[in-house]
Amino acid sequence: MLRIPCPFCGPRDHSEFSYLGDATVTRPEAEAPLDEWFGYVYLRDNPRGRHREHWHHAQGCRQWLVVERDTLTHEILGALPAREGSPAAGPAAGKDAAE
Amino acid sequence: MSQPFRLPAGGALDRSRELRFSFDGRDYRGHPGDTLASALLANGVRLLGRSFKYHRPRGLFSAGPEEPNALVELRSGARREPNTRATVAELYDGLAAASQHAWPSLRWDVGALNGLAAPFIPAGFYYKTFMGPTRRAWMVYEHFIRKAAGLGRAAREPDPDRYEKRHGFCDLLVVGSGPAGLAAALAAGRAGARVVLAEQDFRLGGQLLSNGERVGGKSGPDWVAAVEAELASLPNVEILTRTSAFGLYDGRVAGLVERVADHKPEPEHGEPRQRLHLLRCGEIVLAAGAIERPLVFANNDLPGVMLASAARTYARRYAARAGTRAVLFASHDAAYAELPALLEADIQVAAVIDPRPNGSASVRELARDLGIEVRSGQAVARAHGGRALVGVEAAPFEAGTGAGGRWTGPADFISCDLLCVAGGWTPTLHLHSHSQGKTVWDPRLLTFRPGENPQGHRSVGACNGSFTLSTCLAEGFAAGAAAAAACGFEASAPALPATVPEPGAEAEAEPLALFACPKPASRGGKAFVDIQDDVAVSDIGLAEREGYRSVEHLKRYTTLGMGTDQGKTANVNGLAVMAELRGLTVPEVGHTTFRPPYTPVTLGALGGREVGRAFRPVRRTPLHDWHLRNGAVMVEAGLWLRPRYYPKPGEGLFEAQNREAKHVRRAVGLSDVSTLGKIDVQGPDAAAFLDRVYCNTFSSLPVGKARYGLMLREDGIVLDDGTTTRLSETRFFMTTTTAEAAAVMAHLEFLLQAVWPELRVNVASVTDQWAGIAVAGPRSRRLLEKAVEGCPVDDAALPFMGVAEGRIAGVPVRIFRISFSGERAYEVNVAADHGPLVWEALMEAGKELEVIPYGLEALAVLRIEKGHVAGPEIDGRTTPEDLGLGRMVSKKKADFVGRRLLGREGFDDPARPRLVGLVPTDGRTKIAAGSILVGQRDLHPPIEKLGHVTSVTWSENLGKPIALAFLSGGRERLGQKLYAAYPLRNRIVEVEVTPSCFIDPEGERLRG
Repeated sequence: MLRIPCPFCGPRDHSEFSYLGDATVTRPEAEAPLDEWFGYVYLRDNPRGRHREHWHHAQGCRQWLVVERDTLTHEILGALPAREGSPAAGPAAGKDAAE
Repeated sequence: MSQPFRLPAGGALDRSRELRFSFDGRDYRGHPGDTLASALLANGVRLLGRSFKYHRPRGLFSAGPEEPNALVELRSGARREPNTRATVAELYDGLAAASQHAWPSLRWDVGALNGLAAPFIPAGFYYKTFMGPTRRAWMVYEHFIRKAAGLGRAAREPDPDRYEKRHGFCDLLVVGSGPAGLAAALAAGRAGARVVLAEQDFRLGGQLLSNGERVGGKSGPDWVAAVEAELASLPNVEILTRTSAFGLYDGRVAGLVERVADHKPEPEHGEPRQRLHLLRCGEIVLAAGAIERPLVFANNDLPGVMLASAARTYARRYAARAGTRAVLFASHDAAYAELPALLEADIQVAAVIDPRPNGSASVRELARDLGIEVRSGQAVARAHGGRALVGVEAAPFEAGTGAGGRWTGPADFISCDLLCVAGGWTPTLHLHSHSQGKTVWDPRLLTFRPGENPQGHRSVGACNGSFTLSTCLAEGFAAGAAAAAACGFEASAPALPATVPEPGAEAEAEPLALFACPKPASRGGKAFVDIQDDVAVSDIGLAEREGYRSVEHLKRYTTLGMGTDQGKTANVNGLAVMAELRGLTVPEVGHTTFRPPYTPVTLGALGGREVGRAFRPVRRTPLHDWHLRNGAVMVEAGLWLRPRYYPKPGEGLFEAQNREAKHVRRAVGLSDVSTLGKIDVQGPDAAAFLDRVYCNTFSSLPVGKARYGLMLREDGIVLDDGTTTRLSETRFFMTTTTAEAAAVMAHLEFLLQAVWPELRVNVASVTDQWAGIAVAGPRSRRLLEKAVEGCPVDDAALPFMGVAEGRIAGVPVRIFRISFSGERAYEVNVAADHGPLVWEALMEAGKELEVIPYGLEALAVLRIEKGHVAGPEIDGRTTPEDLGLGRMVSKKKADFVGRRLLGREGFDDPARPRLVGLVPTDGRTKIAAGSILVGQRDLHPPIEKLGHVTSVTWSENLGKPIALAFLSGGRERLGQKLYAAYPLRNRIVEVEVTPSCFIDPEGERLRG
């Protein structure tokens, strides 16, 4: 019965969200070696402690979030919109901000 | 004559009223304030049940929720509830209870023969004996074993009662209302914090209700009443009685079950039977108390052997005598404080048996003043009796270094009908442990105490290992004030009231680490550690010898602590016995994990109102009412209700489906396709986005045209298919399958937000905003020509995969020329509210064209005839190539979801099963969906599996059964004869491999 601090809706019960998984992996470039792609699609770490995960506020604002969660204590340490939290979004988001 | 064991005065009972109740068909009387247990005791009923395995006679052992023995069936019919603890069942007028697990009667139980065979039925006996030689033996005997061992019977009818769920919030939850809990609630309540005080009993007070101690110049019950009155007057305090806090969960959520109406014959009108509270708490104070630990000796399960505190509770709170002549077997000082209560209840105390060579002088003096003999340095070797206790053997005893000791002299018989056992107290650590709290062994108390709690929950009073009244109050006040302060309230601990403990209650001398007495000198009598599960000391010995030494193995091998009581009175003794056998200390052996629920919770309470039709939401299309009015048989498709077929008089499913499917290919039909997922995709980058979402290209799609699209997952497997239309340069209208609509929407949102946030695209689900009507069949254009205004629908204006906007019945509609059936067909979309109007207008316009509505079954027949893939084929394992759609995959696009892994080696394997069609070679035998394809009729292994059948139907249009299948080698096997085997029903059909499209492979009917 976790509570996730949705940056758009405020603290909400986790039952409003659906869980996807590891948010630390980044989609490779289209022509990246197959091994990199296999890693992205299939290989996941199972860290003990702090972890960043994708959660979808499916029964709320429909936004994808990157939630930081302690896998040991289940404590939720924070949540960011996936747009900002995704490493893939880094340069592009920075450019938009600069413009 | 009635209630022979009821004291003439005293007890928290309403003696002005008499309640009638029955047990095993005999009528008895009790009073409001009684539990079933106390009322039975007052009536002299001591034999309440038969044990789980050996069918030994059993009586009351405790006076609370820890009760291992007195499990009864309450009520009858649909409200029959098995395995209810008589000690917590509140008495009401007309209550009917029955013993369980005895045949033909409780007194004469055939199963008791198991008891004679007990030496031959040790732990693991059933499995070793009946599972050993062959699996078949177990399958034969299991039925009889289950019948012989077991508990009560559940009701067979649906539960007539209502259950509720409540989601609540508070600053502070206090669990338990003994002195510590009351003090905590008072301190926080006075400070203004929102406090919920939960008590599992129907009365507040805990041990103060019966232990004779005085607080602030008042008797225990009077002080409790005064505190309760003050708490009730505070608007920020909620008192929940009959409410068990059964579990603590992440995020400071407590699960509580409130027994709203279990103390009534049945719930009042509109009242729930039970209410589940999910309480989100700022702070939690645990004042859950402690459970008395019994001592283990031969025949310690006889009716008449009882926890000492229980005998006291029955005497003082319920004015019921647990016996007439008692022996107290106690290994610690505080147990002597129970003596006055026994004497008050006119129970003669024959002796105190204290295994310590020298208990403290003060308690020996106390006993002497009460005229009671103390036998120091002795222990109970064995209890005697048949269906009830008649006496005990006490013998000189010398304690050992571990759990037991040795006998040093001959035993001496003391006659008694009540043996009070007092081995010390076990703090109730369950909720503390649910929240990952650590436990530490206290060598002074000889039990586990709460250690650090990572969530910061505060344990106070007896559950913290603090057993004196003044400490309980002090801890409660301090924790309540600290919790309130943590929630931002200005709070201070109230001044401690003066307390007068019961003489003897404050221990002086050390308790003795005695858990289980050694075997008596002469043979006979099992010594039970877990009374409910019939686990004896000898079973733990067997587990140790056979290597099941860790506590988790011990538990599962012997079932120690696995009953409905979860070993509340058994576990510590069991651990101590194992520790002794292994030459370890108890903390070295450790304990098993505490898991919710603390006490049993009904499934009804957990389910709440989400039962029957409210189990999950039902989605209805805008045309739902029309379908019902016109005789449709509806079917569940996910959450949706969809028309399955529209039977004419005398038609069943098969006839209706055939008629509808044939009619669509001959004339025209309407079907409700509103359930398809619909997504509005808009933005400057919409076309680029769809190019990355689908494996085929959409940026080249002209405005006003539709295209069939195939979506992959990143692993190259097909996710979904559907038709997407370009409405403008920057706007697309996507459709998905009914089943995958939600998943596709979440997928698109993920791609836009987490993967390509630079794309300027927005998506919105518009599934519910549009009604969808498929108009299919050779006469469909003529039908539309009659119905549509404002736009031409001829083939030039509206070719295959074209889109037009016009009006039907004056309402704007969007018309797509797409087909699932393979016939000329259109899909009319209209604002949801106008759906019925447009549907009826189409039915009206189609009258002379013989239009009919057709259902999901005919829809399936038509798509299988056409070889269109659907859910059974897009099953999460198939690639575009497998589905025969390999040509759709763009070779030019630089990137799309699934592109890279689609190119991996394994997907090119020519042996991969590919889509084909099948027909039975005899032209009439049905093929079962799920059949496997093999090359031989003989099914003896080894046998090579060539593929499997996914979709089957009878095709009325072709006059034969047809099927879609995945077959290794695919189309290279066209014309081959194989076998579709369904071994579960021993069916095998010879089939011929055909192309997957059975009707109009050139698409002439489609394009018209």
